[in-house]
Amino acid sequence: MAQAGSILSVHGATVSFDGFKALDGLDFTIAYGELRFLIGPNGAGKTTLLDIITGKTRPDHGEIVFDGRPGAQRWTEHRRVRAGIGRKFQTPAIFPSLTVAENLEAAIGFRDRVLTLLRAASTAERGMIDTTLSQIGLGQRAEVRAGLLSHGEKQWLEIGMLLIQQPKLMLLDEPVAGMTRRERDRTGELLQQIAQDRSVLVVEHDMDFVRRFAHTVTVLHTGKLLCEGPVEAVQSDPRVIEVYLGPGRNQGEKKGVAHAAN
Amino acid sequence: MATQRINIRTAILTWGPLLLLSLLLLLAPLLLSDFRLSMLAKFLTYAIVAVGLDLLWGYSGMLSLGQGLFFALGAYAMGMYLKLEASGSKLPDFMVWSGLDTLPLFWEPFRSPVVAILAAVIIPAVMAGMIGFLVFRSRIQGVYFSIITQALTMIVGLLFVGQQPYTGGTNGITNLSTIFGFALADHHTKVGLYLITVVVLALVYLTGRWIIGSRLGRLLVAMRDDENRVRFLGYNPVLLKTLVFALAGGMAGIAGALFIAQVGIISPSAMGVVLSIEMVVWVALGGRATLIGPIVGAILVNWAKSSLSEGFPNIWQYFLGALFVGVVLLFPDGLAGIVRQVGQSWRARSGARESVALPEPHPS
Ligand SMILES: Nc1ncnc2c1ncn2[C@@H]1O[C@H](COP(=O)(O)OP(=O)(O)OP(=O)(O)O)[C@@H](O)[C@H]1O
Ligand SMILES: [Mg+2]
Repeated sequence: MAQAGSILSVHGATVSFDGFKALDGLDFTIAYGELRFLIGPNGAGKTTLLDIITGKTRPDHGEIVFDGRPGAQRWTEHRRVRAGIGRKFQTPAIFPSLTVAENLEAAIGFRDRVLTLLRAASTAERGMIDTTLSQIGLGQRAEVRAGLLSHGEKQWLEIGMLLIQQPKLMLLDEPVAGMTRRERDRTGELLQQIAQDRSVLVVEHDMDFVRRFAHTVTVLHTGKLLCEGPVEAVQSDPRVIEVYLGPGRNQGEKKGVAHAAN
Repeated sequence: MATQRINIRTAILTWGPLLLLSLLLLLAPLLLSDFRLSMLAKFLTYAIVAVGLDLLWGYSGMLSLGQGLFFALGAYAMGMYLKLEASGSKLPDFMVWSGLDTLPLFWEPFRSPVVAILAAVIIPAVMAGMIGFLVFRSRIQGVYFSIITQALTMIVGLLFVGQQPYTGGTNGITNLSTIFGFALADHHTKVGLYLITVVVLALVYLTGRWIIGSRLGRLLVAMRDDENRVRFLGYNPVLLKTLVFALAGGMAGIAGALFIAQVGIISPSAMGVVLSIEMVVWVALGGRATLIGPIVGAILVNWAKSSLSEGFPNIWQYFLGALFVGVVLLFPDGLAGIVRQVGQSWRARSGARESVALPEPHPS
């Protein structure tokens, strides 16, 4: 196993939309088993980075190496998922007409051949669904139509859909957006639990949440890597304060960062 | 005790309509004249198409306006066999009229009933699979999919009109006499073909039920909700959609084969705009994503159509249009939705009565 290296590295990724560069020669790496937070002002390119990792967008230049395999930028979307990249979207993407349990059931057979999908979920798979339901705290809501869930519950369900697939790398785009304080705490704990067995990349705006749960933070700005390091160091970095607060106001006030980023 | 009674009631609500329908369909040969029985048989072939379209549109969200094409292909495949059987050692009449003196090579295999029956299923299914693969791979969705299926249907229709020596042109394939040696006009043949149609409909319905209960069924509904999400869960929607489209095409093909055996004619008009749109109306009126609804829808709409068009041939089209608009606006879930609402209020009322006597420990 290539445990020593990095699960994902992105080299010189550039994405332009009509001449505007959403990513500009970005280099980015995550190690095996790492929990990494990605921050940056609106439009910094955070979602776009997830888009090129998952294949939603093709980069104009650049290379992606996943789990020791180069050329991943050319793989189809579903191949990347089968290789072990799972993604939670910025707006909760669940299937509203299916029940909570059925949503998990839909996620479970992703490595099966089409005709194998014709059998109903097996006992082992039912067990996995139950385990995941209790892990995401939706055990009592299994038979509810997912469209009727609260915003926070939808976010958890989507995390559950990824979790049941046991990805090697999990990408979470603003998992606590729109959540109440208590829901955030629950999610933070869930996140730490999830990160025990895999690499996780979390995009998050909520600096309070980042401070509580992050170790290493990467800051993105105008499609480039601005800085990277432990939360405390990043928060007091004058460049970070400047991009969040604008030039001329770099007084190094930590609270300001949290405020502006929300 | 109460839950047991509720279970029985749920079972009645889910299986009751089905049992009733099966019973009525099996009794029909004893109750109906040959003429009416053939008419019902025709409606049942439409119901087979409707089940396929329900899998495709109701469950998976792909509104095909081209099911008439696959229906016609199945009917033509079977029709070629029936025509050769009717012509005996001679060349089919329309070929003689168009100046052919030998049977075209591609007609030869259709002397075999086995080939014809297989072709009636496989040709439409493969054709749907190929069209589907190309269309879905280009990520064509929604209304563009509908337009493309409609356009292809019309193109093939025109092709069939233009190739009179090989297809019978505008008249299509008609003047049939026997099937596997039995006279088509004979009472026993009619009853036999009718019963075969009922059995095929039952099999098609059960296939639908099976798929809907499987993990594939979950994914079909998932694709209707959010196809991109399905892709980012690691599935290839192109394959899943192609499979369903081919399946629905195959179902329409079998239906076409049963249709020509009992109605005695297939013409390119089946590949016109009207039939394919009517098929959508059957499904919508019966209730999408219910499988049983579209069956009932196909039978009722066509029954209304033939009773009305016997009496008032001119107003039928307006009636169908008005009915469709009315139902879609007032009852978007069709007949099945109305039945479900009535059933729910029935359950709620008796449930309320029971909970007075015996409060349930876990109200859901
Ligand atoms: N499909 C697209 N077409 C054109 N421009 C795009 C597209 N997707 C993203 N952009 C632009 O690229 C830039 C980066 O967007 P991105 O969504 O990656 O930012 P982000 O860091 O996720 O921001 P936020 O915090 O608001 O989610 C933005 O200016 C955005 O307008
Ligand atoms: Mg974003």
